[in-house]
Amino acid sequence: MHNSEEFKIPIGPQHPALKEPESFSVALKGEKILGIEIRLGYNHRGIEKAAEERTYIQDIYLIERICGICSHSHSTAFVQAVEEIAGLELPKRALYIRTLIGELERVHSHLLWLGVAGHEIGFDTLLMYTWRDREIVMDILALLTGNRVNYGINTIGGVRRDISKEQAEEVLKAMDTLEERTKYYIELGLSETTLVKRLSGVGVLTYDDALRLDAVGPTARASGVKRDVRKDDPYAAYGEMDFKVITEKNCDVYGRTLVRLKELMEAYQIIRQCIKNLPEGPVTIKAPRKIPAGEALSRYEAPRGEDVHYVKANGTEKPERVKVRAPTLANVQAVKQMLKDRFLADMPIVIAAIDPCFSCTDRLVSLRQVDSKDKKTMNWQTLREYSIDWHRKQGIDFKKLNQKLKTNV
Amino acid sequence: MIREVLRSIFKKPATNLYPAQKLVMPEKFRGKLKFNPVKCIGCKMCMRDCPTGAITINKVGEKKFEAVIDLGKCIYCAQCVDSCLKKALEATREVELAQQDIKKLKVTYSDESGNEPPKEA
Amino acid sequence: MFKDLFQILIFPGLTFLVIFSLFAEYFDRKLYARLQNRVGPPWFQPFADILKLLAKEELIPCEANPRMFKLAPLFAFTAAITAFLYIPLWQIKTLFSFNGDVLVVLYLLTIPTLSFFIGGWYSTSLFARIGSVRSMTQLFAYEVPLFMGILSSALLANTWNLKEIALFYSAHPWFWLFNLPGFCIALIALLGKLEKVPFDIPEAETEIVAGSFTEYSGKLFAFLKLTLDIEMVVGAALLAAVFFPFGLQMNPFAGFVLFLLKIIFIVFLLSLLRTVMARLRIDQMIDFCWKYLVPLAFVQILLNLAVKGVILK
Repeated sequence: MHNSEEFKIPIGPQHPALKEPESFSVALKGEKILGIEIRLGYNHRGIEKAAEERTYIQDIYLIERICGICSHSHSTAFVQAVEEIAGLELPKRALYIRTLIGELERVHSHLLWLGVAGHEIGFDTLLMYTWRDREIVMDILALLTGNRVNYGINTIGGVRRDISKEQAEEVLKAMDTLEERTKYYIELGLSETTLVKRLSGVGVLTYDDALRLDAVGPTARASGVKRDVRKDDPYAAYGEMDFKVITEKNCDVYGRTLVRLKELMEAYQIIRQCIKNLPEGPVTIKAPRKIPAGEALSRYEAPRGEDVHYVKANGTEKPERVKVRAPTLANVQAVKQMLKDRFLADMPIVIAAIDPCFSCTDRLVSLRQVDSKDKKTMNWQTLREYSIDWHRKQGIDFKKLNQKLKTNV
Repeated sequence: MIREVLRSIFKKPATNLYPAQKLVMPEKFRGKLKFNPVKCIGCKMCMRDCPTGAITINKVGEKKFEAVIDLGKCIYCAQCVDSCLKKALEATREVELAQQDIKKLKVTYSDESGNEPPKEA
Repeated sequence: MFKDLFQILIFPGLTFLVIFSLFAEYFDRKLYARLQNRVGPPWFQPFADILKLLAKEELIPCEANPRMFKLAPLFAFTAAITAFLYIPLWQIKTLFSFNGDVLVVLYLLTIPTLSFFIGGWYSTSLFARIGSVRSMTQLFAYEVPLFMGILSSALLANTWNLKEIALFYSAHPWFWLFNLPGFCIALIALLGKLEKVPFDIPEAETEIVAGSFTEYSGKLFAFLKLTLDIEMVVGAALLAAVFFPFGLQMNPFAGFVLFLLKIIFIVFLLSLLRTVMARLRIDQMIDFCWKYLVPLAFVQILLNLAVKGVILK
């Protein structure tokens, strides 16, 4: 790079702008981005395989831990699929509580996003304020479900906790405070000059591109694509809720900010409706431990976009196959388009604007033999042989190691 | 914006000074588990449903059972509390479970009061 | 001789300046926290930070030029301290004074930025190089309005000597009010010099890690941090001397208290500005400086010329 004007800088796997490891390699000319290479796969945890080894009950908690922020989205999508295969008809009250928690989760996720976006453009005061207000909704979630992050409210055949009158009152009180705060943030977003300057016109994704690249969630809605699973294919109690799908025509990061802020206002309305119309009745029905053979695809509008789960059952206690497509996987392709001909300074906020969750996304790792001639993908067997061979070359004696391991165990 | 930040100077900071000032968890919080050996009938449903295999029920005598819970493995989902037919398990509000010694994370419940005995695993 | 050394090294020179600038950093950080509804650090935090850094191992990248890498922080540190000696603090007299010293102070305050550039460039890290180039680009944008703002005040006093500027404003007590637009310009430009939000583009954490400072650690980094703190106090002192030149003839103790209040007030304004704004992009920053600050500075100069021609005649 010494004297040439063009060079590549690595953003990630470890970089202050990224909260999770993922690699973006940016080719720069001065401050201008020439091209960007995205490499996923640093967060692969083998959750889908692990889900096949556990029973359905255990899987709920495993699937819930795919994502720390939209944990309810993943677990709901999973149990919905299982319930569909088992042919369970859920009590109304359970569906309402699922909707309620889902919307509370959206509130906390969007407030979190707003703070992160503020930090990415060096506006730390916004981060501190939104995260302070986010504590309110976190406390409410802990009150209703018993934990702040992994709520564990879903079970196959309903929800695990009922909501009492006093709790409902608490929720309504919190919603009033949050609504007032959100109005302030909307006003701030419209008036604060430096904020508008950094966000508008940045990361443009036109309507056609959003369709072509299959963007989902607020990213797509900010480009004018009216796509929301809650309206298009209502699940839980969304069919009975009255709410608007927010779209913006800005197509940029500013539009995505507005969409999220306005969605917060809609979420407060949905939460109020949930509590007002909460039907009486049981919250669970008995579910069989063995799910009959069959398959189902379940869609859920997570705060970041459409989350898709596919479950295949074979009549035993354990699923045969679980497939998860997190919203970030759909959106990450759009990042390349958004960063075309932009500046390096826009990179953190553009990546943050799709609200990426890389550990949800990484479903697959493929290793390529770069040093061999044909550069083909390694399978399990060759990888194992390769690694044993490599360690032997480093001078590790496996006989001794095996013995040592045996005595230790 | 300036008005809002200037007002903050005169407000109490929102920060919780944690070790000095402790928060009380809500009533239904899923914290450390509590086991009551008197109620346990040894059906081992909790062991079957535990996602991480953190709980083990051992038979220690005629109709007498003890539970070994690995607090390091437990993910505090409280599924075992739901699965237990006789309500022998219970989630408490206790959250400060960090230990210097990894062995202390394995807790055995065997005496009738349900308290954690000083015995180490 | 002995008295001069005492003044340079102990009071009001090096020792006092270092302690006071660390206190100013504490004030800045605490205020920033309170404005954000947080608790903020305890009073000894900046001292503890510096002590910790001084005790740490320093790593020099193997591709870096070790001599330049080590010299840059020292240059920056020395230049910032030297600038302090020429500024009238709470009396009209300064430690050293000659005709044209206001320009020398301004140039001495430019040296730290240049040193950051050199240090970042010779550390050969990609992030540091981008940061260095950015800090140089930024320098050309804020330096012009800063010079114009400060020199407009000198223009009114008809001298380029800081001591005589102070003398002039003592003779014409309320004339400093004419310079208030210039003060605003210089304050905003000072934000750029100190690399604070909205002009912290050269060390934008989320883009280029720590800019020029990315590869620095240990004692060298401690010097760089100290330099930024000292620059803040020296810059504030310069602004106070040029734009708030009142109360310099009171008894030394009351004058000293007033001087501290002036500095704290300017630091307060700096913290407030960085609380309520987001970081700009480098192109937006340069646009802003040349399109708004420089014309405003021209207006200030015209105003001062008019005042000189009409009132002082």
